[in-house]
Amino acid sequence: MLIIKNLKASIGGKSILKGITLEVKPGEIHAIMGPNGSGKSTLAAVLAGREFVEVNEGTVLYQGKNLLGMAAEDRAKEGIFLGFQYPIEIPGVSMVNFMKTAVNEHRKHKGLDPLSASDFLKMMREKKEMVEIDSKLANRSVNEGFSGGEKKKNEIFQMAMLEPSLAILDETDSGLDIDALRVVANGVNKLKRSDNSFIVITHYQRLLDYIVPDVVHVLYDGRIVKTAGKELALELEEKGYDWIKREVENNVIA
Amino acid sequence: MEKDQDKILSDVTSGEYKYGFYSDIEMDRIPKGLSEEVVRIISSMKNEPEWLLESRLKAYRHWLTMKMPSWPNLKIPHIDYQEIIFYAAPKKRPLLNSIDDIDPELKRTFDKLGIPLEEQKHLAGVAVDAVIDSVSVKTTFRETLAEMGIIFCSFSDAVKEYPDLVKRYMGSVVPYTDNFFAALNSAVFSDGSFCYIPKGVRCPMELSTYFRINSANTGQFERTLLVADEESYVSYLEGCTAPSRDENQLHAAIVEIIVEKNAEVKYSTVQNWYPGNKEGKGGIFNFVTKRGICKGENSKISWTQIETGSAITWKYPSCILRGDNSIGEFYSVAVTNNHQQADTGTKMIHIGKNTKSTIVSKGISAGKGQNSYRGLVKVLKNAAFARSFSQCDSLLLGDKCGAHTFPYLEVDNQTAIVEHEATTSKIGEDQIFYCNQRGIATEDAIGLIVNGYAREVINKLPMEFAVEAQKLLQISLEGSVG
Amino acid sequence: MNGKSEITEKYLALFKENIDRISAISSPYINSFREAAYEKFSELGIPTKKNEEYKYTNLNIFFDHDYKNYFIPEEADFVKAEEFRCDVTDLDTHGIVLLNGFYPTINEKLRQLPSGVWIGSLNEAAAKFPALLEKHYGKYAKSETDGLIHLNTAMASDGVFVYVPEGVTLSKPVQVVNLVQSDEDMFNQHRNLIIVEKNAEFSIIICDHTLSPKKFLTNAVTEVFVGENAHFDLIRVQNEHNAACKITHTFIHQEKNSVASSNNMTLHGGLIRNSTYHYLGGEGAESNSYGLFLADKWQHVDNFVNVDHAFPKCTSNQLFKGVLDDMSTGAFNGRILVRPDAQGTLAYQKNNNILLTDDAKMDTKPQLEIYADDVKCSHGATIGQLDGEALFYLQSRGINKREARLMLMFGFAHEVIQNIKIEALRERMDNLVMQRLKGELSRCASCMVKCG
Ligand SMILES: Nc1ncnc2c1ncn2[C@@H]1O[C@H](COP(=O)(O)OP(=O)(O)O)[C@@H](O)[C@H]1O
Ligand SMILES: [Mg+2]
Repeated sequence: MLIIKNLKASIGGKSILKGITLEVKPGEIHAIMGPNGSGKSTLAAVLAGREFVEVNEGTVLYQGKNLLGMAAEDRAKEGIFLGFQYPIEIPGVSMVNFMKTAVNEHRKHKGLDPLSASDFLKMMREKKEMVEIDSKLANRSVNEGFSGGEKKKNEIFQMAMLEPSLAILDETDSGLDIDALRVVANGVNKLKRSDNSFIVITHYQRLLDYIVPDVVHVLYDGRIVKTAGKELALELEEKGYDWIKREVENNVIA
Repeated sequence: MEKDQDKILSDVTSGEYKYGFYSDIEMDRIPKGLSEEVVRIISSMKNEPEWLLESRLKAYRHWLTMKMPSWPNLKIPHIDYQEIIFYAAPKKRPLLNSIDDIDPELKRTFDKLGIPLEEQKHLAGVAVDAVIDSVSVKTTFRETLAEMGIIFCSFSDAVKEYPDLVKRYMGSVVPYTDNFFAALNSAVFSDGSFCYIPKGVRCPMELSTYFRINSANTGQFERTLLVADEESYVSYLEGCTAPSRDENQLHAAIVEIIVEKNAEVKYSTVQNWYPGNKEGKGGIFNFVTKRGICKGENSKISWTQIETGSAITWKYPSCILRGDNSIGEFYSVAVTNNHQQADTGTKMIHIGKNTKSTIVSKGISAGKGQNSYRGLVKVLKNAAFARSFSQCDSLLLGDKCGAHTFPYLEVDNQTAIVEHEATTSKIGEDQIFYCNQRGIATEDAIGLIVNGYAREVINKLPMEFAVEAQKLLQISLEGSVG
Repeated sequence: MNGKSEITEKYLALFKENIDRISAISSPYINSFREAAYEKFSELGIPTKKNEEYKYTNLNIFFDHDYKNYFIPEEADFVKAEEFRCDVTDLDTHGIVLLNGFYPTINEKLRQLPSGVWIGSLNEAAAKFPALLEKHYGKYAKSETDGLIHLNTAMASDGVFVYVPEGVTLSKPVQVVNLVQSDEDMFNQHRNLIIVEKNAEFSIIICDHTLSPKKFLTNAVTEVFVGENAHFDLIRVQNEHNAACKITHTFIHQEKNSVASSNNMTLHGGLIRNSTYHYLGGEGAESNSYGLFLADKWQHVDNFVNVDHAFPKCTSNQLFKGVLDDMSTGAFNGRILVRPDAQGTLAYQKNNNILLTDDAKMDTKPQLEIYADDVKCSHGATIGQLDGEALFYLQSRGINKREARLMLMFGFAHEVIQNIKIEALRERMDNLVMQRLKGELSRCASCMVKCG
């Protein structure tokens, strides 16, 4: 699905990602954890194609294709979905119009005809039920006036609509109460199949009680410093990141 | 509750001016009135070179053709220029900048103002140029600074000792044709400060000019010229006070700043001229032209002003952002209480590419005070990727005052982003209540809230002065509450 | 200042030459305002850029020109106007057509609608309803700064009159189609008076069209009275060609607890200046002022708004947006005035503009003038480009850049359009704006003039 090799990236000349290597296979869920500022969102941004992050070195293969040369919208149509850490408000653009355009762009890419208005609305309804989002949200402008939790649920709803092959969820769990957290987790679990993959960026073990990862990585100072099974998340929850930091520093010295 | 609060508001907004004393210093004064003759007398009293006299006369003749600006949102009483004394200087002036020659009364005056003229007594790390009425009486730390190549002296000394520098830069940022008061100043300016920071030098101490109007019926017309050569840095502060008098006195100054490549100038003002009494009688008319140019790339000018004094304030410290990547900043707190009026703000002229400007203005109106923010952000055609953000807030204490906002945004480049936001509101009852609920009395709560409101700007002042400014803010609003 | 400009002199002379002809066809009451207005115009003159309110708009190119003046309508013209049809489908309205500011019908110049509502010619109404005219005409259009308002009072003789009596709700809006057509360059001025009495509800759509490729200058004044607890909606749709200059001055006077909205949709026009004055003249009144313009080529659009909070507990909202393409220029000049006793005021103002090219230019001047303390006022203004973050968000969902830009621009414009309450018109506006943004509509819809 996704093969990242020695990826180095910088923002405004400041090096942020310092050599990341990672492979995600179809059907897998990977969790990426790590302290604030370690580069998790930056990695997500590189994968989604944000232009302000400069890739200096390394390769990213997605379904066998070179991802780095592609425009953001083409990546999306190829099945990459980014759940934003801070979804932006877009006043004046209605959710319906926005999603309809996106879904039809995806369909066009697959050689399908655009959905009729009624089919589309039906699909909206189904997906809304599936991810349990308040149907009123869909009548508003994109994220406008949404609470933090509503914005995150809206990201999951969009994911359900677009059915990606690789979904990257950047701290979709932070700031959520327990019910909203369940909605997000259920959304992921319902969408999970043997041929799609998830990268879940999170701070908390909490979410991983609901979404069980196959692999857990710790990102620290632009590098993946530890990779293990889901028990690593528990360990982090218990001990915090300090021991990892110490370990890293010792390694550097040694 | 409502009533109570009104009473407390009116109590805390009726403070007394603490610098209103007059010192009996022996002075030389010229007869009142303005004419070509007066301009010549001023120039000859200062033994000026011919070129400077010529430049004064040119400015004077131009001034005669000009009218006082009518666009500010101010009610300015008629000013009779024939009733003003344009030059007054202490008789006993120190020779060679020596402390021993200063009139002891003068020394006492500055001591009383908290500005000791003896270097050993002074706040560590601050060099002061003390200006009383029309002349500079003492510049401290001059020699120490000279060792680093920094020139810091009175404007008059600079004319004598560094005529080339003065000639090159004077009027290059604020030409005498700029406006009515700039023309007037260029004709009759008496003294002021001059400062030059050479290439690569970071000035190790705060430079400061302290202005004091003392004599009756005199106007004060000083000029400050500040040049920061490449890669240099200086932080500069000016303060000012005047005796309480029933008549209005005119202060019309010019400040020019030139900043070369990679250099930075921080210019702070704590303006506390006599504001007039509670009935609006007396007070200084403060009509000042301040402007800096960021000439070289990556240069920066940061204006910070705490304006609490003056009956009428008219000033717009501005930045011409010519160098690519240059930065202009303007942080202002202006308080108008009783009958004070202020029309103040800034101009940011974006000429170079990637230029940035930030404007933070906090107006506080109390009593019958009228407070206007007036600002221009102009992005010229070639100023690609210019960024400008302004935030102008007004706080109203009482129902007889006014707060006004007049921003002008003119954008001629597609890649620019210019944003302006402003809010006006009265002091929040829920904020006061929140404080009350935590056991803070309403009058303390108001002090707390106003200071919190102004904090963003006060924090930009050099440390030594931030505390002063905070006190001043409380005094000008709170009277007995300390 | 000292000495009148040549241009002003020209219009003063024009008044002197024509006043007898104009007066002859106008009602005596309207005539009784002319002399004083002439004096006032003579004092203020044609506004120049020195006037703060016209700082960013140069009117000279249109005023310094010789026009054929349309003071007395000709019957032959009327026939052509009859052919014009509004093309907004599903828009069910009571229609009025004006040709160059006059009525292209001979018979029914003033007509009665259900529930005692009257619509039609102001000049006719002056004869039929002298008491109403006396109460309202010339009472709201006042200015110490803008000479053009007085020029209109001095010379206009007709325009639209609407009277909605107390307690009446007119379910269908009135639609005024303002046609300008002539074989010669032409200057016209008309005058509207709208009276919406206590507890009444009324909305009006004013559509401007130019039908022949000549240089046109229009200087129109509209006075609106909105009585206690009444509701009033005004929507202007401006669609004129590039050689046309349209200047409108709209004065909305509101009484206690009334709600009034004005919405200026500027789709096309050479030089457009809309001045809207909202006077909140009673406690609890609410006013909304909206504007959207799309400008390209050499077009210039200037919106001036003055909201006067004269009484306590009123609310006002302003939202103005502009999209500027090619070398077009725009200006916004919005003022909120809160008078000393207007406690409990809420006033908001927002102005956002997008520059699409390097040659486009926007100047904006939002102002707050506040003399009362128990207020919440704010304004914000921006000039910039489409939000890069939002653009990326759309692209990350698979929408291509061109489409994403279009969606954002449309969303930007729609924020203004969504305030139009008449659904058919709102949809039509969305549609026209979308076409315009796509570049499919390089001139006015239903236009026969190729002004390219
Ligand atoms: N737009 C940006 N401009 C400059 N620096 C940035 C930008 N975005 C992120 N950074 C910096 O990159 C580093 C990594 O940030 P981020 O990827 O957001 O971390 P995380 O998501 O792990 O908390 C931080 O030091 C942050 O300050
Ligand atoms: Mg992050």
